[in-house]
Amino acid sequence: MTEKLHGFVEKLKENIADAIVDVVDAFGEVTVIVAPNSIVGVCESLRDHSQFDMLADLCGADRGPEDDPRFEVNYHLFSTIHYQRLRLKVLLSEDDARVRTVTNVWKTADWHERETFDLLGIKFDGHPDLRRILLPSDFDGHALRKDYPLRGYEPYSMN
Amino acid sequence: MGLENTLFESLPDVVTVKLDAVVNWARKSSLWPATFGLACCAIEMMNTVSARNDLSRFGAETFRASPRQADVMIVSGRVSRKMAPVLRRIYDQMPEPKWVISMGACATSGGVFDNYAIVQGVDKVVPVDIYVPGCPPRPEMLVHAITMLQEKIMKESVKDRRDTFEPESRESLVPGTLPVTEGTALEREMEVEVAQDQTSRPYSVPSRHERRRSS
Amino acid sequence: MSTALTDLPANIDVTDDALESQMTLSMGPQHPSTHGVLRLDLRLDGELVIKAIPDIGYLHTGMEKLFEYKKYQQGIVITDRMDYLNPLGNNLAYVMAAEKLLGLEIPERAQTIRVLMCELQRIASHMVWFGTSCLDMGAMTPFWFTFKEREKILNIIESASGGRMTPSYFRIGGLMMDLPAGFENRVKQFLDNFPDALNTFDTLITGNTIWQNRTKGVGIISREDAISWGLTGPCLRGCGVELDLRKVNPYTSYETYDFDIPVEPDGDVWSRFKVRMRELTESYKIVQQALERLKPGPIKADAPKVVLPDRDDMRKHMDSLIHHFLIVAEGFNVPEGEVYLPIEASKGELGVYMKSNGGPKPERVHFRGPSFVNLAALPVMSEGEMVADVVAIIGSLDIVLGEIDR
Repeated sequence: MTEKLHGFVEKLKENIADAIVDVVDAFGEVTVIVAPNSIVGVCESLRDHSQFDMLADLCGADRGPEDDPRFEVNYHLFSTIHYQRLRLKVLLSEDDARVRTVTNVWKTADWHERETFDLLGIKFDGHPDLRRILLPSDFDGHALRKDYPLRGYEPYSMN
Repeated sequence: MGLENTLFESLPDVVTVKLDAVVNWARKSSLWPATFGLACCAIEMMNTVSARNDLSRFGAETFRASPRQADVMIVSGRVSRKMAPVLRRIYDQMPEPKWVISMGACATSGGVFDNYAIVQGVDKVVPVDIYVPGCPPRPEMLVHAITMLQEKIMKESVKDRRDTFEPESRESLVPGTLPVTEGTALEREMEVEVAQDQTSRPYSVPSRHERRRSS
Repeated sequence: MSTALTDLPANIDVTDDALESQMTLSMGPQHPSTHGVLRLDLRLDGELVIKAIPDIGYLHTGMEKLFEYKKYQQGIVITDRMDYLNPLGNNLAYVMAAEKLLGLEIPERAQTIRVLMCELQRIASHMVWFGTSCLDMGAMTPFWFTFKEREKILNIIESASGGRMTPSYFRIGGLMMDLPAGFENRVKQFLDNFPDALNTFDTLITGNTIWQNRTKGVGIISREDAISWGLTGPCLRGCGVELDLRKVNPYTSYETYDFDIPVEPDGDVWSRFKVRMRELTESYKIVQQALERLKPGPIKADAPKVVLPDRDDMRKHMDSLIHHFLIVAEGFNVPEGEVYLPIEASKGELGVYMKSNGGPKPERVHFRGPSFVNLAALPVMSEGEMVADVVAIIGSLDIVLGEIDR
């Protein structure tokens, strides 16, 4: 079931060999772990040569403050021609939580990256308008991080 | 015509009645809600207005979009931190007499969402008259809430002056929390207000009710 | 853009010139036509929209953080409140993602009932879309008719699960409870009356010249732009791309049902409207087929450590009681890994990214809401349209703020 996807990964390896750190195949899905510096090149190659023309989802995850690398950003690609899905993963450490934006590759990454920045604090270099999207603009902190308490710091009251 | 002919021909031309009764009867029979539908409860509010459970039988004939033409604000849905100043501003824009129905568990107490994002009860933002539990409450429950509010209105008196004092509503909002468009004069005013606002907010101590178990 | 007043008679003096500046209008969070708490920053030149910037977050509930603090079974309740017009769809996506991680196999009756309920929910969601988008454009009558049909569907869902709008009917491994007696009759009754309702809608709105004039050629987005902006669902099918996840990546036995995918070529509000109206007929066909296939059988997967046992079983057998206690009190451990599971919700591709670290609570749950992605394309669609057309475009995108803000 995942042979076609492995075919795309092989094609990617021919084009950009040193970007791929690891390939994981589990639960019927293929995850390619990519070096953070070459994510734009990988995305462009997959879009142009393997027809992955839609970015279905871009989400970040926090593994916990003790883990290193702490953050990861997942790119879920979908091809409307081959009907295949591929996941790209980028691992970022806490002190250098930045990665280049892919808004020039797929326009839909705009709002997804804003949401990831808002909730997790991962910065996307080159983003046209990186500001908070879901939380209030004067909110302190990034809410989805594991060290942010569930109930926040002070209950909201106007009394 | 039948009612007028049979009833009113037996009455004298001048009728003495308590002013409170007439005013309250007029106010309760034409409670026009302001549309403040936020989330899932808003859809149940729309179900209450629709043909099967018809809210306009009870006087809530039209849902006015402008708060200046509304009597009752039915806060239906979860109020997030970003929305709370807007809620307060809309409440302040409603003219007296005004009432608030807090519909649903999220508006009453935060509901399922006991976390950083949701205000734990809309009575921390506006004064509430009727609380309706449920997630979402059935349309019949909202109808019951309107009838309860009508009974509450009948017990009021014209002598209770209920004007909201203007300085209180202006100071209730934290500067910089209302949405403004970039590049406008309102934004420049807001920046001045934010710079002058001296209240300190502690962000290092987790919330007091953190000790409760979350699941 | 100047409003030229050149063809006035000579004896009329023009003393005021049209303003040459832009106006900023904030279609604020409290607005009757924005389908929830959406704020639009409109930069206008007169009535023409130069830029429309959506400002969201007024309903942000922190659901993704809540999922990390709740066991897998407890999270199903939160998914109802996300896209609150399609709660069974959200339930299905979450539950199927957990089942994929656990590797459970769902019995046939449970799958048939899941398809039946999801398609009924799709009809209900499209009813609300239809009623409210007509209401926004000034046609108030369909609102009452569609909500009448929706009441029937809500009664059907309530009879099965106990909740009208927040049913939480699906569980990891199957369903909450079996269908009640008389359920098939209720659905048949609804199905018998539904084609008449569809005819009424067609007569009132689809054939209406005013509606066609207001929606044809409005809010056009090209096919390449649509794919680049990540549009899915009826918005994408209205641009001529034949993509429906029920056919392409089928789940819950959708591959065994016989239905078509409506596609319209133009990419404007009228095409999206036509796609959704034709989808109503397709969902009607699927519900009929699912109803005929209902056979008695088990409704929960055979996994005693994950699925709650029947109440009877629990009262009589000791091991069922122990399993019940452990599942409720401690939860079950889900194997480590991550999955992305997309389903075709009524608004588009609803994807769940679930990451587990081997414990009873998930490490990260992310919902890719179709309305979130569809709304990002609003500036592209509404550039150069009038303010009244922006209302039509928002209606055609079919956004639900609960899903956008999560």
